[in-house]
Amino acid sequence: MFELIAQHPIIAALVALISLAALFGAILGFAAVKFKVEGDPIVDQIDNLLPQTQCGQCGYPGCRPYAQAIAGGDAINKCPPGGQSTINALADLLAVPAPTLDEEHGVESEVKKVAFIREDECIGCTKCIQACPMDAILGAAKQMHTVIADECTGCDLCVEPCPVDCIDMIPVETGVKEWKWELPPLKPGIIATDRHPQDQHTGKAA
Amino acid sequence: MTEFAVIMLGTILVNNFVLVQFLGLCPFMGVSNKLESAIGMAGATTFVMTLASICTYLVFTWVLAPLGLDYLRTISFILVIAAVVQFTKMFMEKTSPLLYRILGVFLPLITVNCAVLGVALLNINKTHSFWESTLYGFGGAVGFSIVLILFSAMRERLAVADVPVPFKGAAIGMITAGLMSLAFMGFSGLV
Repeated sequence: MFELIAQHPIIAALVALISLAALFGAILGFAAVKFKVEGDPIVDQIDNLLPQTQCGQCGYPGCRPYAQAIAGGDAINKCPPGGQSTINALADLLAVPAPTLDEEHGVESEVKKVAFIREDECIGCTKCIQACPMDAILGAAKQMHTVIADECTGCDLCVEPCPVDCIDMIPVETGVKEWKWELPPLKPGIIATDRHPQDQHTGKAA
Repeated sequence: MTEFAVIMLGTILVNNFVLVQFLGLCPFMGVSNKLESAIGMAGATTFVMTLASICTYLVFTWVLAPLGLDYLRTISFILVIAAVVQFTKMFMEKTSPLLYRILGVFLPLITVNCAVLGVALLNINKTHSFWESTLYGFGGAVGFSIVLILFSAMRERLAVADVPVPFKGAAIGMITAGLMSLAFMGFSGLV
């Protein structure tokens, strides 16, 4: 055995590398068992569907806490920024009927909006800065504030605290960056195998 | 004792891995957008680099050198580093899930951080002893951390600065990194 290794250094190299790899594999396997995390994959899936505006309109401090609450059995219709499409996606994921948006938490806006501070009216009270969940408002006490438009998610939480009502929610202008090609609505049953048996006659008629 | 101090000073300032030897530039540009994630990355890299330089030293002196397999050092060091990073990832996922989520994809990317492999190979080239290797790895990591945190603090200021349009984003980042590198070149000849 040793003569074989001494005569063929390549075997020594192979043995050394394989035993090193096996050793590290054993250590990692042990660590995987020792440091096992009991994750909740459903929370991650719900969190992926939420719009990540972190606006807190659902009553939770952010999207992930709300995802955890949904996994714990909370209602899925508390997210105005996500709107009906998010509710539908959540209902699809959790296999429950899709409710309409809960008006108590706000209404879904038709277009994407962004906050705008009328700067000559701003008194520099910093109240909107404290309200903003995204840190999208820049300013200091007794200095004019302004909104970083790229960071603003349009959650309108800053409108309420403003004592002089100088914050407007203005629709985002559709520029080259924001414009998306609108998908034409797909006719149902365009693929033969997707058709339900009861749709068969309509398929044939068409 | 002075020898150890010289190694520390040398790796942190004079032969800084990022700004003088240009190793590990990928996380230097990638994770420096936010100060918090830069601090997290600095901590993780310090841990991995120190542990990796210890492990690679042991593997080289106890396995590769006695068998006369010096030529296998690169591949076996990559193996060691990958294992150490994977272990760190599991450990961090258990102990600090928040930091784990902030670091995200950059934690596994430490595997291919060339500063970590560079430290291991330089230790062998310079025929360091065990404590010298450990200190060299730790000093290199501290140097990396200092530069990463300084740079991310600067980039946070750059994000709100009025930069001319053609230089926005990565371009001004590169220029700033170059100026920092120039400043660090001033330390050459200190030890």
